[in-house]
Amino acid sequence: MPTLKINGIDVEVEKGTTVLEAARFLGIPIPTLCHEDGLTPYGACRLCLVEVSNGRKKTLQASCCLPAEDGLTVWTHSSRVERARRLLIEMYVSVCPSSKRIQDMASAMGVREVRYAAKDENCIQCGLCVRTCEQQMMAGAIGFSGRGLNRSVTRPFDITSPECRQCGACLYVCPVCESRCQGPQAETTLCNGCLNISTVCFQSYDNAMCFLDPCHACEIAGPFRSDVQVKPRSKEFTHIVEK
Amino acid sequence: MLKLKSPHEIKELQLCLEASETSRPCISVCAGSGCKASGADNVLAALHKEIEKRGLKGTIDIKSTGCHGFCEKGPVMIVWPEKVFYNGVSLSDAKDIVNSVTNGHKPVEKLLYKDPNTGKRVLHENDVPFYAGQKRILFGNNGKLDPKDIRDYIKVGGYAALGKVLTDLKPEEVVAEVKAAGLRGRGGAGFPTGMKWEALRKSPVKPRYIVCNADEGDPGAFMDRSLLEGNPHSVIEGIIIGGYALEAQEAYVYVRAEYPLAVEHLSHAIAQAESAGLLGDNILGSGLSFRVHVVQGAGAFVCGEETALLASIEGKVGEPHPRPPYPVQKGLWGKPTVINNVKTWASVPVIINRGSEWYSSIGTEYSKGTMVFSLVGKINNTGLVEVPMGITLREMIYDIGGGIPNGKKLKAIQIGGPSGGCIPASMIDLPIDYEALTTAGSMMGSGGMVVMDEDTCMVDVARYFMEFLEEESCGKCFPCREGTQHLKEILTRISQGKGTEADLELLEDAGWMIKETSLCGLGQTAPNPVLSTLRYFKDEYLAHIREKRCPAKVCRELIVYEIEATVCDGCHACVKVCASDAILGEKEKPHEIESGKCIKCGACIEVCRPKAVLVH
Amino acid sequence: MKVATMPQVEMEKVEPLLEQYESRRTNLIPILQEVQDTYRYLPQEVLRKISQKLRVPMTEVYQVATFYRCFSLVPRGRHVIQVCLGTACHVRGAPRVLDRILRDLKMAGPGTTDDLQFTVETVRCIGCCGLAPVARVDNSHTHPHLTQAKVGGMLKKYEAKTEPAAPAQSDEASHAKA
Repeated sequence: MPTLKINGIDVEVEKGTTVLEAARFLGIPIPTLCHEDGLTPYGACRLCLVEVSNGRKKTLQASCCLPAEDGLTVWTHSSRVERARRLLIEMYVSVCPSSKRIQDMASAMGVREVRYAAKDENCIQCGLCVRTCEQQMMAGAIGFSGRGLNRSVTRPFDITSPECRQCGACLYVCPVCESRCQGPQAETTLCNGCLNISTVCFQSYDNAMCFLDPCHACEIAGPFRSDVQVKPRSKEFTHIVEK
Repeated sequence: MLKLKSPHEIKELQLCLEASETSRPCISVCAGSGCKASGADNVLAALHKEIEKRGLKGTIDIKSTGCHGFCEKGPVMIVWPEKVFYNGVSLSDAKDIVNSVTNGHKPVEKLLYKDPNTGKRVLHENDVPFYAGQKRILFGNNGKLDPKDIRDYIKVGGYAALGKVLTDLKPEEVVAEVKAAGLRGRGGAGFPTGMKWEALRKSPVKPRYIVCNADEGDPGAFMDRSLLEGNPHSVIEGIIIGGYALEAQEAYVYVRAEYPLAVEHLSHAIAQAESAGLLGDNILGSGLSFRVHVVQGAGAFVCGEETALLASIEGKVGEPHPRPPYPVQKGLWGKPTVINNVKTWASVPVIINRGSEWYSSIGTEYSKGTMVFSLVGKINNTGLVEVPMGITLREMIYDIGGGIPNGKKLKAIQIGGPSGGCIPASMIDLPIDYEALTTAGSMMGSGGMVVMDEDTCMVDVARYFMEFLEEESCGKCFPCREGTQHLKEILTRISQGKGTEADLELLEDAGWMIKETSLCGLGQTAPNPVLSTLRYFKDEYLAHIREKRCPAKVCRELIVYEIEATVCDGCHACVKVCASDAILGEKEKPHEIESGKCIKCGACIEVCRPKAVLVH
Repeated sequence: MKVATMPQVEMEKVEPLLEQYESRRTNLIPILQEVQDTYRYLPQEVLRKISQKLRVPMTEVYQVATFYRCFSLVPRGRHVIQVCLGTACHVRGAPRVLDRILRDLKMAGPGTTDDLQFTVETVRCIGCCGLAPVARVDNSHTHPHLTQAKVGGMLKKYEAKTEPAAPAQSDEASHAKA
């Protein structure tokens, strides 16, 4: 049973446990996008990165793919890790601003501006749909194709595979399918662009879509954070680049 | 049919070949890809014809050899036994060359190398400045042997190291020798080879595999190609020794698809080695069984990354795996695997033959031996250069490279391909070794050295590399896939005069993030061209941003083509080639360019004799 | 890039090809390379057959077929012109030569001409950096020291012929297979 140190705490785990699982076992929150229990780890979203020391060097490694070993020393929230995550999520928002999940993560990490030109993609290539189809639904009807900037999730030859049973698992597991609220200033790249309003949007707008689970940005814009004064984003950051 | 049954027989054969070496004149013509493209095949054909015509067959030998390295002056050749070096040969020179051999070996003056500094003609290869500064322990034999004849290799001492290893050394001793020599991986990262081999031997898992990384994807680098085309046996010998030392039975050489000649010569050499008893079962009677397979790449730069390469051999997409586990623990099909670069493998027989002490006496404290560079770009003497580690950039560029053509000023030297960085001209006295280059923000890489002059725009160079990387990224991990696209987008805006100073900070932040968070070496080094150009050439970036000016006059949105009326002689040549019909003018009268239509393709500049087209 | 009709695929060539290689996953890429050489592209029917024979899911075969630059899912032209855009060639003006080739062939970007005569591709370094800028045609003829002025002459050589050319006789450009 390997013993490792996470944030100064010694923890003994079963052989084969990943550092991500060990950290979550200790109650330490590590953000992920491409991870799902029951699917093989993928290591593509890079949000679960932690700082690891082997005695000589400190490197950043994806905790979802890192097996817990004796003598490993891990920091999950060092300043290097937090900076990396914040810069990562800023880029995620620019690529996929319509995703509620990504917007919530950005708000939680305190991202205040998005400096990249916004794209409007609806896929972050986390691979959850591909892996779910293959490993949980035993169908393998969709997959990746292409490379680099031309890479995408597709059906072979753009024809629905005979293996596809139209089960919808791919839609269910997608982390960016859930759209953010269509409330005021929805064209801004970053959700907390509407931090300057103090009430939750549906009380002010009849036709705003909302969720039982309010968007993080709206939550922290609530009465508890009325002392925070954030200027609305300037138009410079609202240009959406058409693909 | 050559068949060697013991190490002793190799030595015997070598002595026999040396003894039978006559003083018969031999013309060895370089037939590497570079000289071939310059017409070496025609030269060879013309020489054969001339010799045939004069009935001199059997009196004068003609050999087609591997790359001599001096590609700029190709086709090149050496006439033995005087070792006269000819360059820029064309097929019409065949008669003169044959004459010079028959008429008392008086050399053909016009084909001798002319030293641009002294104006004097140089007779021997070793006196040519390009070669004088080199130490060609890996490439030196290229000019002496026909890559398709194993006997030539044996004559110069080939396979003697294998013989020595099989008779005198135990596997662990071979590893110790390589470690003592201080050999570091020549593929780019420079990991100590001996340590890698030791790590593999620790694993009890069998079978083990050997892989040779010949995916040389760095644009501007062609050392591995030349070695595989010109002296494939040197690489094969190294691999077999590796197989013995690491107790592996199979090796795979992964050659990129763009090198058909290298694949051909390598496969031919393997077949020859097999029939000679140097590969297969019971090699040289030692009981060692070893096979080498050639695998072709399919056009993906990322397959130069070791874990992606292994995935490609397994028939999958070239997507890298996170490390650990390293290939020495879990490599090809999950088994322990040692992957090394072509030059690393070719260094092994040299180390065995001449000893680790000799090898480690060359180079610097931590970077031993020689390094092979492809010296290309804006330099007079382009070609392959093998130098001891520790030589300065100044010696490389000016002594060996012959300086910058057309009297232009040196601006930067890009080392290490897309993973490397640009070193500014001010650092020209930097010694070349692994650590010095990394500290300077660049990387040794696999040896590509691209020289840039004052007409190169560093913003354009950074953008060029990002364009390369966004296509070649495997696309699996987010920071590399999206990050390279964003970096390119920002650099494109800057090159078009639409950048802001905030963009420079953004480039630094994004660069840091991509370096820190990417899954593999491609992503982790992708921002290097951007970060190094920002570090040393910030003023150029600022000129693009603040003044909307490209100092090197390269970025198309920021330049204007204009015809100098006083210089233009109205010859009308430019009008004929203008891509967008943007030039107006009557013959004999000065012409004019309509800047609204001009797409700055540069065709007019190419054809204008009086050089009347100016770029602002 | 439009292709009017996909040519009828001659499936008889596939069996002997698959016989030659054992039906192992590791041979997928060499098999695809042979198919590419035989048909000048990877036909859908052939890929499905390979997926069956090798027992590799169609999605994975498709992923491999679209990942590597050597493979094409649509027919390539009779003459494939690879323009090198390596660093040395870039620094010596290759992008402008590429633009000229595309302009002369009336193409908007790299791809295949409508009459399937030419495919123009960019390649990152064929290793002839001393002769930059370089273009290689049909993986055998290398054209060194290209300038925009030389493009016309180079294209003319391949326009008249319908099969990949036998070694041309010109001094500067020929390259016979060794």
